[in-house]
Amino acid sequence: SAPGGASRGHRGAATGTGGTASTANTAGTGRRHLLEHLEHLALVDFRDAEGVERLQKAIQFADQLHEVNTDGVEPMDSVLEDRCLYLREDDVTEGNCTKELLENATEKVEEYFVAPPGNIPLPKLEEQETFLQGSQ
Amino acid sequence: MVPRGIAARWRRAAAAPGTGRGRSAGVRRWRRTGRIMLRASLRQVSAALKEGRVAPTELCQRCLALIKNTKFLNAYITVAEETALKQAEESEERYKRGQPLGILDGIPIAVKDNFNTAGIETTCASNMLKGYISPYNATVVQKLLDQGAVLLGKTNLDEFAMGSGSTDGVFGPVRNPWSYSKQYKEKSVPKSHSEDEESNWVITGGSSGGSAAAVSSFTCFAALGSDTGGSTRNPAAHCGVVGLKPTYGLISRHGLIPLVNSMDVPGILTRSVDDAAVLLGSLAGHDPKDSTTIQDDFKPFELPNLTDVSKLSIGIPKEYHAPGLSSEILALWSKAADLFKNAGAKVVEVSLPHTPYSIVCYHVLCTAEVASNMARFDGLEYGHRSDMKDSTESMYAATRREGFNDVVRGRILSGNYFLLKQNYEKYFVKAQKVRRLIANDFVKVFRSGVDILLTPTTLSDAVPYTEFIQEDNRTRSAQDDILTQAANMAGLPAISVPTALSERGLPVGLQFIGRSFQEKQLLTVAKWFEKQVQFPVIQLEEVERHDSDVFQHQKSASFS
Repeated sequence: SAPGGASRGHRGAATGTGGTASTANTAGTGRRHLLEHLEHLALVDFRDAEGVERLQKAIQFADQLHEVNTDGVEPMDSVLEDRCLYLREDDVTEGNCTKELLENATEKVEEYFVAPPGNIPLPKLEEQETFLQGSQ
Repeated sequence: MVPRGIAARWRRAAAAPGTGRGRSAGVRRWRRTGRIMLRASLRQVSAALKEGRVAPTELCQRCLALIKNTKFLNAYITVAEETALKQAEESEERYKRGQPLGILDGIPIAVKDNFNTAGIETTCASNMLKGYISPYNATVVQKLLDQGAVLLGKTNLDEFAMGSGSTDGVFGPVRNPWSYSKQYKEKSVPKSHSEDEESNWVITGGSSGGSAAAVSSFTCFAALGSDTGGSTRNPAAHCGVVGLKPTYGLISRHGLIPLVNSMDVPGILTRSVDDAAVLLGSLAGHDPKDSTTIQDDFKPFELPNLTDVSKLSIGIPKEYHAPGLSSEILALWSKAADLFKNAGAKVVEVSLPHTPYSIVCYHVLCTAEVASNMARFDGLEYGHRSDMKDSTESMYAATRREGFNDVVRGRILSGNYFLLKQNYEKYFVKAQKVRRLIANDFVKVFRSGVDILLTPTTLSDAVPYTEFIQEDNRTRSAQDDILTQAANMAGLPAISVPTALSERGLPVGLQFIGRSFQEKQLLTVAKWFEKQVQFPVIQLEEVERHDSDVFQHQKSASFS
């Protein structure tokens, strides 16, 4: 989501690398879509070119993994994989704490958390000029 | 048998002149004057409480006063003065009735600010949770309170525990108490300007730097940290305290705000290995609220005094001779290996071949789990909420933009990248496969007959803050977690034991890694080592002046 005016620049910077004009353009568009997609998924923004650079470095760093031969190796989710997972009885053990749970919410009505209108996607990049202007 | 003279030789070589202090002499002095009461071990002060030589309220007040006096360290985010005093009074009542709850009753402790504490703010050093008051206690916090411990406050950290310096939180960096020690001041280049002193202070390491600084500066007797990639052991090494990362599944994570669910464990920071064993005994065990705690019975243990190490096999993993390891730490490491060898233990070089990839693997798994875990912070139910009202999604995005720092946002974005449909196999599943290879390396070494692995905890001693912030958080974490995170990948117990002072007069710790759920063996060996090296006591003028001032002004009748 988020980019306000400041984020314009980082996309420009991120797209201007390598190749002929046309391949750079295609790659640039792909990349721009990728960054936008990530921001929508993550619901945080890159903020500036530095944020994009940070991701690039993180990917480069992660790419070292491909030096390791993992043929026939099962992925490991948990170090406790050989043990039975504890499942407690399906009984209600606590509850009646609506008041406590609502205490930390900024906006609520009666026993409900209040959200702004839903089902409105974040604005597309072109429409983002004014987006988030109210936020620092 | 330990050949005579080894310990003494080590002591001479490792400690700065005049800083070595025999334990028994220390106890005597403490009894005589009370001046170093706050510097006693948890077990010593517990005995003093039991014998009525000090009252819980007095102890609590002294700690609170010292916290105020050492405020410049920035070790605490929240000091819970009122509730702490109330808890101390309750403890005092129990002692008066002759019914203390156990060894922890009346002991002042501190808790890292990423554990939920009912009624006391829990911030994770983030704008996202400023002002957040949890309706419940983390299981480990509840256990400490149930055993009568006095919770002094919540300690500083990197935002959401993401970092290795305790420099990246919204409340500012933590200062390493050793920056103000006589030992460091004597060794660092003489300064004429006060601004030099200002730029000379060193970091605590992280992310549990506040807890490490609190224990190291004597404001509490033990503290909880958390350890996902080294966050307890790293600051323990830099602050000259003991840092224990227990086996994954031994201590409940319920109420610890998660970073990486498959690696997080609550960590223990104390001034001695014995004290760490006490804390472990009071915290370990199955918790119905955390399905990843194992159901085996855990029996609290006291550590024996090892006299014979000849049946021990100590492994020295050659891959831990990592690029960037300081020659000083390398020398201390091999000296420690010699110490075991000379005492009759079998010391063997071993190989954990996938170690160099461990930090890369950690990076991918960590960011992926962070991306998932941080999704809970949307402004609706708790924490910061942006004023943005256009739509739910825009409110989410604005909230997260305002609430998270660059490091957290960066990890969320990287994690989302590694989890993209087209990248999931390539990065996330690949990392999980490499994780198995890393875990298997340890299994093979332990199967070959090695009991304990001995490694450095950090690549170097603590660096000045001004130097530390030259590099970005990811680069720093990759360097700083390099020797510690493999134990998290494999879920193994590991402990950093303060070993000696560097040439700059700063603490250096060495790490022992044990077999899963073999904490007793690990701590027994660590205790033997601790006894041999006789790590010097920090000479903090602030504390000494303060201690004697307090003593002059409020002589306690209960304290002889």
